[in-house]
Amino acid sequence: MPRYRIGNTEDIPKCGARSVFLNGRRFAVFHLSDGSFHAIENRCPHKGGPLSEGIVSGPFVFCPLHDWKIDVTDGRVQAPDRGCVRTFDVEIEGGNVYIRLDEENWTEAG
Amino acid sequence: MRKKLVLIGNGMAGVRTVEELLKADPNLYEITIIGKEPYPNYNRIQLSSVLQGDKKLDDIFLNSYSWYANNGITLHTGEAATEIDRRRKLVLTDKGREIPYDKLIVATGSLPYMLPLPGADKEGVIAFRDIKDCETIMETARHYRKAVVIGGGLLGLEAARGLLNLNMDVTVVHIFHHLMERQLDETAAMMLQAELEKQGMRFLLQKNTEKILGRKRVTGVMFSDGTTEKADLVVMAVGIRPNVELAKKSGLEVNRGIVVNDYLQTSDPDIYAVGECAEHREIVYGLVAPLYEQGQVLAKHLAGVPTDPYTGSVTFTSLKVSGVDVYSAGEFRDGGGARAIRILDEAQGIYKKILVRGGRVVGAVLFGDTSDGPKLFSLIRKRADISAFGKLSLFGGGGDKAAGTDWASVSDDEMICGCNGVSKGTIVDAIRHQGCVTVEQIKGCTNASRSCGRCKVQVAEILEHVLGELGETAAPAAVKTGMCGCTALSHEEVRREIRAKGLRSTREVMHVLGWRNPEGCPKCRPAINYYLGMLFPEDYEDDSSSRFINERVHANIQNDGTFSVVPRMYGGVTSPDQLRKIADVAEKYNVRMVKVTGGQRIDLLGVRKEDLPKIWEELDMPSGFAYGKAIRTVKTCVGSTFCRFGTQDSIQMGIDMEKKFERLYAPYKVKMAVSGCPRNCAESGIKDIGVVAIEGGWEIYVGGNGGVELRAAELLVTVKTPEEVLEWSGAFLQYYRENARYLERTSHWIERVGLKAVQEALADPETRRALNERLDVALSVTKDPWKETVRNPELRKPYEPITVG
Repeated sequence: MPRYRIGNTEDIPKCGARSVFLNGRRFAVFHLSDGSFHAIENRCPHKGGPLSEGIVSGPFVFCPLHDWKIDVTDGRVQAPDRGCVRTFDVEIEGGNVYIRLDEENWTEAG
Repeated sequence: MRKKLVLIGNGMAGVRTVEELLKADPNLYEITIIGKEPYPNYNRIQLSSVLQGDKKLDDIFLNSYSWYANNGITLHTGEAATEIDRRRKLVLTDKGREIPYDKLIVATGSLPYMLPLPGADKEGVIAFRDIKDCETIMETARHYRKAVVIGGGLLGLEAARGLLNLNMDVTVVHIFHHLMERQLDETAAMMLQAELEKQGMRFLLQKNTEKILGRKRVTGVMFSDGTTEKADLVVMAVGIRPNVELAKKSGLEVNRGIVVNDYLQTSDPDIYAVGECAEHREIVYGLVAPLYEQGQVLAKHLAGVPTDPYTGSVTFTSLKVSGVDVYSAGEFRDGGGARAIRILDEAQGIYKKILVRGGRVVGAVLFGDTSDGPKLFSLIRKRADISAFGKLSLFGGGGDKAAGTDWASVSDDEMICGCNGVSKGTIVDAIRHQGCVTVEQIKGCTNASRSCGRCKVQVAEILEHVLGELGETAAPAAVKTGMCGCTALSHEEVRREIRAKGLRSTREVMHVLGWRNPEGCPKCRPAINYYLGMLFPEDYEDDSSSRFINERVHANIQNDGTFSVVPRMYGGVTSPDQLRKIADVAEKYNVRMVKVTGGQRIDLLGVRKEDLPKIWEELDMPSGFAYGKAIRTVKTCVGSTFCRFGTQDSIQMGIDMEKKFERLYAPYKVKMAVSGCPRNCAESGIKDIGVVAIEGGWEIYVGGNGGVELRAAELLVTVKTPEEVLEWSGAFLQYYRENARYLERTSHWIERVGLKAVQEALADPETRRALNERLDVALSVTKDPWKETVRNPELRKPYEPITVG
């Protein structure tokens, strides 16, 4: 699975996220307070809100449109809402941030 | 290696079983579902609502395709299982697929019973079972007039109501001498018929259909007594029969339905059956609640989780015909040792009957007022001993439809949602401890009102009741028990602690005050950030990660992720030059819409996040703060500058106020207005601060709200000069900023503390002076965020998405 460099660790604010356009698709890359980085599709399963703009607390981001709570480490929407977002592997190497993207097996979510 | 679970049938019973299984153990099985219909799981019960026009097809899907994908379920739709090879443990389908299984669930549901009449294969003769039927009926209604529904049971009556709504002429044919003989006694059935006849339905009772007339398309039906009835559409709603062909062919034991034991296991230990196709203790259920109960037991059994066996269900039915309330549970016929307690009010159209056998409640029939339904159902399930109740006290509100249910007196184990087995206690728990504040959230948490939807009203009433007990209103901001789920401390206590301990960052506050979630939540983080900034305006470094997106990027996010730009227009006054600038920018950036706002300024809508700083730069106008929990605008009416009624210069007053107070953050948005005379053309009466000019002075009104909870502003004080207007407005504003809770409008705050308290506090000129002094300090450190961002590359950077490839 190829990986793509998307920038430096400094490009992504701590306790926040950046919106990333990679190969025409939208990702939200999060930098959590524990120092870890995570990437998910930048689209809330509810009404498509930009998750990169939400408030981050621990591993959770709250969608700015209707407050859905999503765990960015595994993509699961938290109760009382239900759903899931795609997650992607992120690698940090020498201050660079990479996303692994399996182009061949990419299918559009239903 | 995960075990393979195959589910034949993509309907409500089977999919609910899988949902319960995933809850119990999401990783135990590799799941495949085969469904004959080309749709994901949908709520078949609500097809009646679709036919009646109350819902759209899109509204009734229970699980989307992405649900299956996200849960790792392989779904084959539009495909039918043709054979179960039990020796090789394979399911064969009509697409030539061979699907191996370790465990198999058959949930093939029912087939509509089509009377084997001569002519039943003509065009225009249809069942009412699935989406295709529903669409065909709706299409037929557009071109034809007369419909005959064969079957005066639940389904037939619901279909008939739908056909009426589609403007067809409807006759219901029934073989029995009264309607719904499987759920209602004669009295209730006659009342029901009278009501439905009033609605336009016609009935032909005790008629046995013998033949369908017509050539290629139906033209009518003929009965055994020789009479006929015209028809362009014949809907067969005489009943359903379990779909057992596949099971029979595969050698499973089949009676009326597929015979299962108390764990829903068939005669083959690796094959189970659930839903309408299953027969348990000689009963085949045709209602949803028992199917969900079966599913729960089966799911736990498959997951290896200990569970009580399924012992059968007490059922209830409610008719979903608009305008008619019918409820029936347990036994409903007198005689056979059962005695009845009845209330009949012919004038009001109300009939209630409780059946008692051996001193225990065994059934109930309600017509006209079904609010006692859940309570009675609970008694029936418990087989309650009737001697504990006064006979008539079993019937709650009696004939008074206006009196609602007294939810405080309803016990926690009362069944509210019979379809999904949700008790009052479960719902109350969801509200109190799981943060549910809407019916939708309660539905998501507990499944209440997820199936037939009739209990939605009751769920909403319980919600209102519980919120009322907690002291909350529609705005859940004012919870007595703590500012949010992260802490038991109230807003006031948190502010006090921040001052007392000199806390200086959101992190510090949450850490020192023992927050349950170390990083808080969207309720408390912005609130803490606001309190810190309000208490220490000169020292506090704003924590932008604790601000909502709008305040972080200084623009309003819209439903499609674009933003809107609203520049300042002091007092609602603009100039040709300003308009030209706005027009040029709007054209250059191709904004989707240019719209005038309620606050008397102009809004550019549909702006992409990356264009925001560029637009701000080219506009070169101050930010209107339309996006913030902050001072918004001061609307004005024309006033003495031009208006023949104007007593004072309201325009100038408004501009002065807006210029003085702009950019200030507050507990919530603050909307102001200045009118030039009591005609109040600037609508000061519904503003947070509304000023009305009078001869020789100004009246200052506060606490108005023109939004969700309309509230008229109250007179705070009357003053003589514009300087005093600024003095009193400033003092009021600062007092509000320091004492209200985050997310409390001035209206909610004044409702809570009372205007008198505010007036008393502001009466002292020294207090006002001190308040204005603190306000001026806060104002002195505000900056225009647009200008700041434009000139600082570090602040500009986050607006651009990172683009690769």
